[in-house]
Amino acid sequence: MGAGHSHALYVHEHSPLHRMAPEAKIVGALVSVACIALTPREAIWAFAVYATLIVALVVISRVSPGFLLLRLVAVAPFVLFALFIPFIASGEKTEIWGVPVSVDGLWGAWNVLAKALLGASVSIVLTATTEIADILRGTGVLRVPALFTSIAMFMIRYLELIVDELRRMRVAMASRGFEPRWLHQARPIASSAGALFVRSYERGERVHSAMLARGFTGTMPALGQRRARPAEWLSVASIIVLCLIVLVVAMVTT
Amino acid sequence: MTAVVVAGLEFAYPDGRVALEGVDLSVEPGERLAILGPNGSGKTTLALHLNGIHEPRSGSVTIGGLSVEEANLREIRRRVGLVFQDSNDQLFMPTVGEDVAFGPANLGLDGDDLERRVADALDAVGGSELAARPSHHLSGGERRRAALATVLAMEPDVLVFDEPSSDLDGAGRRELVATLIPLPMTQIIITHDLPLALELCPRAVIMRGGRVVADGSTRDLLLNRALLEENRLELPFGFRLETSPGS
Repeated sequence: MGAGHSHALYVHEHSPLHRMAPEAKIVGALVSVACIALTPREAIWAFAVYATLIVALVVISRVSPGFLLLRLVAVAPFVLFALFIPFIASGEKTEIWGVPVSVDGLWGAWNVLAKALLGASVSIVLTATTEIADILRGTGVLRVPALFTSIAMFMIRYLELIVDELRRMRVAMASRGFEPRWLHQARPIASSAGALFVRSYERGERVHSAMLARGFTGTMPALGQRRARPAEWLSVASIIVLCLIVLVVAMVTT
Repeated sequence: MTAVVVAGLEFAYPDGRVALEGVDLSVEPGERLAILGPNGSGKTTLALHLNGIHEPRSGSVTIGGLSVEEANLREIRRRVGLVFQDSNDQLFMPTVGEDVAFGPANLGLDGDDLERRVADALDAVGGSELAARPSHHLSGGERRRAALATVLAMEPDVLVFDEPSSDLDGAGRRELVATLIPLPMTQIIITHDLPLALELCPRAVIMRGGRVVADGSTRDLLLNRALLEENRLELPFGFRLETSPGS
């Protein structure tokens, strides 16, 4: 990982979308994904509106389209699955290039394809414009219990160290001639996972001591963070309202 | 008033291992004291008693006249700043700035006061540029300084360091010395690094088997070859100590 930024999903830029308070972005993303998911599959125009909206956000965020496409690879398994549906599904058949396919299956494939790609794009835009720490802070502002946000925060903070420890253990194994390949060699892997667990547990104890040493009494202090301004909520609300109108019209007309 | 008084301190871990067998120690305000000793001699365990992380089986610890006990823990932890051996244990927040703010925020500071406290603490370790950085991308020396800043932000009277030079390169070690010397508070430095002890601390104690076995001027202790050998301490190869200071 490079230049001081905490995760691979984040794109360092200075755009209005990057500057926006995280809680506003999270609400916007959640509601718009819900709208996309609930939109009837026959309302193709509605998906076109959503897509246009996302393209506009990508332009505003200055995230390169290439980055977005690369990240969309993550939904490839669903897309592959969707492509099989028309051939498997039963019901009324039609033909594409002489191959019989199910009409209902085609709609099903379109449904999965459109919703997966659009939904994933929204979350990619969110994570590309918001540092993970800020997303956690935003969820805190949105009243997600502090226990969950703290667990997630510590996990992100220490994951790299744990992965690093795992790598060192593997190097130590390899340098003593152990290159696991077969199932009967699984034992040392299992025991190293155990060792890793114990080490992580001990680190947890030390971190807890360090927190106590600085006056921790069981609740994480709220560190002076900027709350979303009315103007930010307003711009998010306008996107949400647009999505809801599209959803309602799509439901009524189809 | 004496900064730190430890009297007859005994402690055993829950598994029955006895770590401290009656430690007596007193440290004057503004003094820099080195605690030397082999691995497993109880140095770190002692440090964890100074701010009440461990509760003694018997004996007592007093910080500036205030006894370390449940009722005083909040004030004790304000007074005693512990800098842990592995800075990664100490830097648990997403960014260095938030980490430095964690302690004073627990003490009830907020707004401008909190910001000023954070800025001053980072400034004291020459790390103002670290505030926005995530802790896991710092170099060893930067991490050590950030960890120190998290403790300085509590404005402690006593600083306790556990092996402060263990993961530092030569330059990082020199920066550490330069950072610690101007700090006015009482400092207790646990270390194997005998030259560091000599450079920073006029006085040293040696611990073995959960007891203080020697207490005196660092120079005198380091000149006593039999004492060092007995306690598994060694000066680095090629390191020579002149018998009289300044010669």
